Amino acid sequence: MADTGTAVHRRIIASRIRSQLAYRTSFALDVVAQLIGQSIELVAILVVFTQVTSLGGFDRNEVVLMYALAATAFGIADLSVGQVEELPNLIRTGELDVLLLRPLGTLAQILSADVALKRLGRVAAGLAALAYALATSGIEWTPVRVLVAVTAPLTGAVIFAAVWVAANTVSFWVVDGREVANSVTYGSNFATSYPITVYGPWLRRILCFAVPGAFVAYFPALALLGRPDPLGFPVALQYASPLVAALAVGGAALVWRTGVRRYQGTGS
Amino acid sequence: MLAPYPQLVIAAFRRFATYRQAALAGLTTNVVFGLLRAAVLVAVLDQRPVVAGYDVAAAVTFVWLGQGLLTVVLLWGDSELSTRIRTGDVVIDLGRPWDLQAALLATDLGRAGFAVLSRLVPPMVFGALLFPIRWPERPATWVFFAVAALLGVVVSFGVRFLLNASAFWLLDARGVLAVWGVVGGVLSGLVVPLAWFPGWARSALAFTPAPSLFQTPIDVFLERGDPLGALAGQAFWAVLLLAVGRVVLHRGSRRLVVQGG
Repeated sequence: MADTGTAVHRRIIASRIRSQLAYRTSFALDVVAQLIGQSIELVAILVVFTQVTSLGGFDRNEVVLMYALAATAFGIADLSVGQVEELPNLIRTGELDVLLLRPLGTLAQILSADVALKRLGRVAAGLAALAYALATSGIEWTPVRVLVAVTAPLTGAVIFAAVWVAANTVSFWVVDGREVANSVTYGSNFATSYPITVYGPWLRRILCFAVPGAFVAYFPALALLGRPDPLGFPVALQYASPLVAALAVGGAALVWRTGVRRYQGTGS
Repeated sequence: MLAPYPQLVIAAFRRFATYRQAALAGLTTNVVFGLLRAAVLVAVLDQRPVVAGYDVAAAVTFVWLGQGLLTVVLLWGDSELSTRIRTGDVVIDLGRPWDLQAALLATDLGRAGFAVLSRLVPPMVFGALLFPIRWPERPATWVFFAVAALLGVVVSFGVRFLLNASAFWLLDARGVLAVWGVVGGVLSGLVVPLAWFPGWARSALAFTPAPSLFQTPIDVFLERGDPLGALAGQAFWAVLLLAVGRVVLHRGSRRLVVQGG
């Protein structure tokens, strides 16, 4: 059963990928748009640093490192679970009922319904910035830091993916929940691109711990740079991202199940 | 009985006024991004009290006014014309007893009118409650700002019309619109004040309509520079873009091939 499920998903995904390559010009422009879209915040950071030499206590290359970790993580998450954004439409049109009846995982079906390859643009933008930042921010490499550099984008992606699923589940309760979910998903992408020291205490609590965005880029960046936390958080947090990612997935799964169980359909 | 265009303005206003919950949901995003962007700009001003003429009050006003104008001026999410070109429905629009460009502009103005109430005023009020907003000192500034915002919508419409019309040649304008959606924000002074850009970038942008969208209305509101000169610049771009749009529409519709006939 599980094998058939995987085979079906693989075929669905392969066919979706082929269909996207049909309109080449538009596809190429879409990739470029995603790439530029992700780089816009980098432009903003660079513009800001033409005016000042530090932001929230970090210099240009350090902030670029945080941005790059966040961008890569967000790109990977967007590519793998971004499709959950369609949930409000599926609920509104009643298509979700069809998915629920099929003998395949509901979330897996939504996610494989369309693998938007154009989102590779975001990953590419993130990786390019990450390569630059890792090379220029004067990191003293140790085996542990190499491990952090490799795992941080991935654990960050898992955290973002969990946030993405949990935020979009709000659509089970709120009609038109997409914009609300966007403010959480894109908002945390933006928020994690900057050191959390720039935010006031309230924003920091919500966007860095309630939504565990601080573990995507800020804490791993401190670990890479070997800097003590200006906010005085324990050093252990700098290495806690994998644990936080696991917790986030657990939380998201719980929210998703509650949402699906509560779902009653839009029809009469 | 009203002429068709004012009626279209009113109809569009009413149409968008129907989706109140969507407007409310969109507001959440504006407010969240307003809070985050304001925090970053305030952190910049922690380093130096004034950066390129912006103090904290001017910077937070820039942020909240930008978030408020975002949906009024509208950068992304307008793909109606290109969709109708792709599906061929544009033939019906061209056959109607109206000027298509004027009709779309009228609809866009009605949309923007509702957005002023639902998307511009609330974030400004929210921002004003939490931040030291810099309000205009001269009463005349309010009038200038209203005109600048209106011209911002027209210039934005002119750009969007041209991008949508590219579907006459490309069939699918989504890529073009997506690129504008992401580049437009930073070039038009929605993300960081254009005054913070390096000199060469500012000079280059002065030759484009981009600053007319957000930076000019915000500058007028903040009473930076000569308001009449700013409005004249916007008017120039509005007229030019609408004129080019007419030519493009004319040439594009000659290329139009309708399936089955």
